Amino acid sequence: MTTRWRIFLPWIVPVLFFLAWDLLAHFGHADPRFLPSLEQVGGRAVAEWRDEDLLGHVLASLQRAGIGFGIGGAAGLALGLVIGLAPLLQRLLGPLLLVHRQIALFAWIPLLSMWFGGGEAGKLAFISLAAFQPVLTNTWQGVANIPGKFRELAAVLTFSRIDTVRLVALPAALPSIFTGLQSALIYAWVATIGAELFLNVAPGIGGRMNEGQQLFKMDLLLLCVVLMGGIGLLLNQAATLLQARLLRWRTA
Amino acid sequence: MTEAPGLEILGVSKRFHVAGGAVQALSDINLTARRGEFLALVGASGCGKSTLLRLILGLDTDYDGRILVDGQPVLRPGLDRGMVFQEHRLLPWLTVTGNVAAALRQSRLGQAEKRDLVAQHLDLVGLTRFATAYPSQLSGGMAQRVAIARALVNRPPFLLLDEPLGALDALTRLRLQDELKRIVSDGGITAVLVTHDVDEAVYLANRIAVMHPNPGRIAAILPVTDSVERDRSEPEFIRLRDTVLGLLGVREGTGRRAAADVDRRVAA
Ligand SMILES: Nc1ncnc2c1ncn2[C@@H]1O[C@H](COP(=O)(O)OP(=O)(O)OP(=O)(O)O)[C@@H](O)[C@H]1O
Ligand SMILES: [Mg+2]
Repeated sequence: MTTRWRIFLPWIVPVLFFLAWDLLAHFGHADPRFLPSLEQVGGRAVAEWRDEDLLGHVLASLQRAGIGFGIGGAAGLALGLVIGLAPLLQRLLGPLLLVHRQIALFAWIPLLSMWFGGGEAGKLAFISLAAFQPVLTNTWQGVANIPGKFRELAAVLTFSRIDTVRLVALPAALPSIFTGLQSALIYAWVATIGAELFLNVAPGIGGRMNEGQQLFKMDLLLLCVVLMGGIGLLLNQAATLLQARLLRWRTA
Repeated sequence: MTEAPGLEILGVSKRFHVAGGAVQALSDINLTARRGEFLALVGASGCGKSTLLRLILGLDTDYDGRILVDGQPVLRPGLDRGMVFQEHRLLPWLTVTGNVAAALRQSRLGQAEKRDLVAQHLDLVGLTRFATAYPSQLSGGMAQRVAIARALVNRPPFLLLDEPLGALDALTRLRLQDELKRIVSDGGITAVLVTHDVDEAVYLANRIAVMHPNPGRIAAILPVTDSVERDRSEPEFIRLRDTVLGLLGVREGTGRRAAADVDRRVAA
């Protein structure tokens, strides 16, 4: 198969999926209240865009995810670096962080909404926490697992502590840190929708889903699901591209 | 003024504690190198050559005996001792220039001087054209040359080389041997070279220390006279090489054959 055709390969299954959906909706005797056709969902998208400021909702969700990703990612990166480079701290905090990891993400929602309220603060706290965890773990592991031969080299070149971090520890851990950041991006996005669904009503895709559920607008619900998946996919692709650029020494 | 003492290894023994007991890696090593002397260490795999270099570097200070550099006990690594590791050990995220310049991080020279030094040493190893390449873009031999430039850029009075040419093809190897010889003698550098290649040891060194394993110890120290040093086809060169091969437990016939191989290689 030529490379020209290869680029269409990932699209085949999604296209078949939507085709099957539409065929089922039209000819499958499915109750249109539960399975609206693609045209219905598309019509809803146009209506939402025109009358309900769909773009504004999408941007509100993206902004929330971005802020949470920023706060949680920065905190995870800083703490991961410190813990990974200080064996004593690793011993001290390791068990606590392992316990933290065992707690399902959504179990934090009731707690955080008590502490921070169900408004914007509570939502951002939850999203930040979601982004924090993968960045922390991956940064910590990445820094702690720097090959001994590079530590030795830093010693032979009599690097200062700062140079050791800047020239050895950080770049050596970078692939792992990126894995963490990429997961964090998706976690933050999923957590954003979760926060909008389970906490106070606010502009955002999750808010529209709530309305879809309450008013039994199946096409709106499905539209939100498609949007959520599509945007998540785009975020993931963007992260992959950025990573390839920044880690070009690996393939150069 | 008395002559500088150079490198002194006095009664050094090193034990590693491993699961299920201890390994005696080095046993009562006594070895000195005068200032400007080129010392070669040869010996079977596992006889403690790399371990000895790590002790001289000060990467490990948990041993018996004493190691003095210029009369001072070694407590930690220092820029007075340059090192070329058994593998090139370049930082993959830095360019060739970045890797060589990394060795100058602790130097007090100005930026311009540092840049000049890096350029000068890249030129020395013939890699000026690859200054902006990443290690993954280099061949094994080129990477090893960058490692040599990195070890030399501080102009260290002491140079430790752990099989620096081991991974290279025969041709590059012969060329780099000549370069190394010139650099070390021009710079008045005191060098310790670990090598498996007896021919290389005889060609480069002023003295050859032959080590035996289990426990790692010095079996003999052989001087290399000046006339031998120059020419691989000298009968004296071949006799010395056979002596070393004999001490390493290689049959004499094998030594002769290896010697004949080298003669053909040199003649070609
Ligand atoms: N960190 C370590 N822990 C335990 N044992 C070690 C360690 N480093 C080296 N040894 C042991 O010490 C002995 C000498 O090892 P060393 O690496 O110095 O040998 P070498 O002469 O450099 O061998 P080669 O020619 O294969 O490089 C070996 O038996 C090895 O198993
Ligand atoms: Mg070795």
